[in-house]
Parts: sequence; structure tokens; C-alpha cells
Amino acid sequence: MDALQFLPCGDSAVTVQFSQQMHESVNRRIRFLATELEKGKVKGVRECVPTFCSATVYFDPCKTTVEKLQKAIERILSHDTQTADFQKRVFLIPVCYEDEFAPDLADVCRLNDLTREEVISIHTGTDYLIYMLGFLPGFPYLGGMDPRIETPRLESPRTSIPAGAVGIGGKQTGIYPLASPGGWRLIGRTPIKPYDAARQEPILYKAGDYIRFCPISKDEYNAILAQVQAGTYTVEIREETVCE
Amino acid sequence: MRMNILSAGPLTTIQDEGRFGHMASGFSPNGAMDLRSLRIANILAGNVPGDAALEMTMMGVTASFDCDTVLALTGADMSPLLDGEEIPMYRAIPVSAGSVLQLGMAKSGMRGYLAVSGGFDIPYVMGSFSTNLKVGLGGFAGRKLQNGDEIPLRTAMNPIFIGKRVTVNPDTYPSEITLRVVPGPQDDYFTEDGKRTFLSTAYTVTDKSDRMGVRLDGSRIESKNGVDILSDGVATGSVQIPASGTPIIMMADRQTTGGYAKIATVISADLPQIAQAKPGTKVRFAAVTQQEAAKIYKKDVQRMKMLEYQMLMER
Repeated sequence: MDALQFLPCGDSAVTVQFSQQMHESVNRRIRFLATELEKGKVKGVRECVPTFCSATVYFDPCKTTVEKLQKAIERILSHDTQTADFQKRVFLIPVCYEDEFAPDLADVCRLNDLTREEVISIHTGTDYLIYMLGFLPGFPYLGGMDPRIETPRLESPRTSIPAGAVGIGGKQTGIYPLASPGGWRLIGRTPIKPYDAARQEPILYKAGDYIRFCPISKDEYNAILAQVQAGTYTVEIREETVCE
Repeated sequence: MRMNILSAGPLTTIQDEGRFGHMASGFSPNGAMDLRSLRIANILAGNVPGDAALEMTMMGVTASFDCDTVLALTGADMSPLLDGEEIPMYRAIPVSAGSVLQLGMAKSGMRGYLAVSGGFDIPYVMGSFSTNLKVGLGGFAGRKLQNGDEIPLRTAMNPIFIGKRVTVNPDTYPSEITLRVVPGPQDDYFTEDGKRTFLSTAYTVTDKSDRMGVRLDGSRIESKNGVDILSDGVATGSVQIPASGTPIIMMADRQTTGGYAKIATVISADLPQIAQAKPGTKVRFAAVTQQEAAKIYKKDVQRMKMLEYQMLMER
């Protein structure tokens, strides 16, 4: 286990660096810290942004100091028992891979020498860990995509990608929660809203959760979309205990 | 009770101190670029310092009021006129129903702030009144103001400050500024030469600057092995060095995470200066420790509290 580093980010933030390399176990420690800080037990902490290998902790310099914060964070992490079982939350995200929503699926097939069915089966065959959220509200940086479907980004990015688009960019896959410009290869679309301002929690998931894509037909897409619009659709969540 | 926007200017948004607690989900904090001017405007108008005000970029609004109220203007000097008469900035100004406020181009500074006593009657979204332009959230209909908008106002506070002689010295916006920075989080990505260049040469604010970031032009800052990092948290004031080698100071609408090394972070007390720097302004950086920066932060907070106290004592 690497030693923690505390990197200064001006007068009111510090980045706690856990490691130089991303790994699920590193991410779990980061998530543990973020969850503990969220409970509001450490005086002066405003918020905490977990990322791949670090967590940036924002604080009020009138209420605490970097030194005090460092001690509090080290104490929290000393209580993190690495061997304990952990609860895994998997969000089952329905995705329609039909032509209308998948302008780049043919390229992904061609560049990797796979059939459509193979790409879809590989893409829907993994629980992806959400390492962090960034770029856009609710944009998940997912880890764990099968290298067989890695595909380089588009040479010239699209000026607008619709909300719900699912794509592949290099070694990563993800969902665009809002309409945005972007260079990922689009292979499908989800009718659900990862971001919904009207929801109690506007973003569906958090860093540390998992996402699983589930293939649906165009008819199912339309049926779910109607439920989403009526506010009657609930995204299915699979919870399981993982023993280390 | 409304403020009618007759001419909105190029970029006028409603901003408060920012939307916090949602950065982990990827929401920028937004909020006023120049928090000092926002707070002073609110104090003068009899509001809570962190209340929402109009942030007007480069050019101000022309607006009429259909009720009596009190307003205060701070930040960039936009040559304010009320019913054709010059009015001072940094003072509480009584307005009667039917009056027209007319603002022009910024003579000095980039961003003017207009606080109206009682504030705007708009929804409080995810803990803030601030406009998130990218998401279309908060503020007035989630967007910048347009000609013809009618902004609902809340009942004016008891205008205790009208005619008060409290003088607030306006900030000045010189053509050369020095920003104090705390080195890090990734200063070790740069060579000794690179770090020296950063702290010893003058950079120039370019016109490609916006609420996301202030882009500077000048000597390239040399990195050891490139500037790509695994994305991590980006604080306001972060001085990001992309592959071009010239700095970008990350501001209120920045992304919450980023994949470029950050050589330093501008301290909070100096952010208003860069928020008000016009294209062409010369910028130098001076290093302070995180401990020194904390002391300056506390002094700055103290200064604002003193101002509030002074205003109340004048009652």
C-alpha cells in the first residue's frame, strides 16, 4: 500500500493522493474516506470529490487547518479494514443498440473484427465500476471494459451528442447524461435519465457504484421512455455482498 | 414587483456564492466570479452577503423597476445612470417605481454586480440561486438574461442603508497584477526551469477567457515528462498547464475534475483581481505557503465581517 500524500490546492482544498495507479482496491479506500467525510464528522470539511487515485477535500480555513485535516483523514483511514466484505450496488441500465441510436457500432465491429451481436454481448457482459464522476454532471468514468471492444475516439468530435447516448472512447465506455459535444463512438442509447433536476438526488449513482448495461429492443426503449416521462420508471439496482 | 430587462448585455447571469455539495457528482460550483464585489453589493443593498445578484460581463443592463426598491452596484465601472442622472457605485441607491437604470460598457474591470434589496424571487435549486449555463439550471430559467425578461423581485428589505455615509473603497483594476499562489498539487511535474518561468515572467490575459477559465499567453512552462495526469479534483484558482505550456486559471464554471497537471493554485483573496482582468492585463505569480494563504484567507473574511458591522452600526 502506497503512503498517503497531501497535495496543497490553494488555501481551502487539499488533494489526498492514495496511489499513482488506478485499482479497484484503491478506489474502495477512496470511497471509504469520501463516505466518512460525508457524514460530517470532521470539522471544517465542506465537500469531498473522489477521483481515480485521489480525493480532493474542500475545507473552511477559518474552521480547520491542513495539519488537523491530515490527522483526521489518517485516523479515518486507519479504521478502514481492507479485508471486510463490501456491499456492491449495481445499476442495471437498459440500452437500445439498434441502428437509430448506434451510428458508430458498425465501426466498432469493423475495427475490432467482431459481429454486432459479439460487441453487444461483450459490452453488456461486465459490471463496470464507476471510478469517478466529472466532465459533466453525472458523467461516469467507468473501469473494466473488455479490451476486445476498445476503439479510438472519433477524429473530429461531434458538436452535439444527445442525453442518454452510450459510447466507447479508447479504453473507456460511458453514458452522456446531458446533451454535449463529444468524441466517443456511439453504440446505443438509454431511455433512463442519469441526471434529472427534479429528482431528490439529481444524479442516479455515485462513485464506487457499478453499472451494468442491459440490451433492449426499440419497442422496449419506447415503453421505458414513456414510463420515464410519466415518472413511473425505477431503475433496477442489484445489491450483493462481495467477500474479499 | 419586477425588474424588466430592456437590454440584457452580452452575458448577464444571476449568481450567488455558488452551488456547493454537488461537486462529487460533477456539478461545477458556478457562483460569482468576483465574490468580493458580490458580497459588498449585497451588504450595501441590505441583503445577506451571499445573496444572489446580477453578474454583468463587459457591458451592463438597462432595466426598469415597477416598484420602489434599493440597489447597489459594485465591480466593473459601467457608468451607471438612473433616469439619465449619474449615480455613484458602492453606495445604496433608492429607486422609485418606473425608474430606469442604464449601464454601459465596463470602463475598468470586466464584471459589474447589481444587487437589489430583498433579492430576486427565483427558485433555490440544489442549494443555490446561481445559474449553471452548461446544464441550464438555476438562476433565471437556467440561462443568461435576454431582452424582455421580467425578473420577479422580493419585498425590499427595510432600506436602512439609504444615504448612509459608509464609504467602501472600490477595488481598482490595474493593467498589471500579481496573483499569490500556493505551489501544487502537481508542481513536481515541471522542471526547475519551468517553475522559474512561471514565477518570474509576465503573462497576458487573452480574449479566450470566460467563466470556465482565464487563458493566459506568454512563456511556455517546461514539464518533465508531459502534463497528462489521471484526472483529479480541480479547485477554483487552479493553474492548469495544458500541452501548449501556457497557463489557464480555472474559474467558477470549471469542470470539477481534469486531466492536466496543475502547477499552483491562486489564493481566494486574489481571485477577484483575475476575475476582473480584461484581455491584455499583465499577470505575474508570487508563491506563498499554504499556511500563509490560510492567514490571508482569514483576514479577508474578517474584512468582510467588519464591513457588515460598520454598515449595521450606522443604522
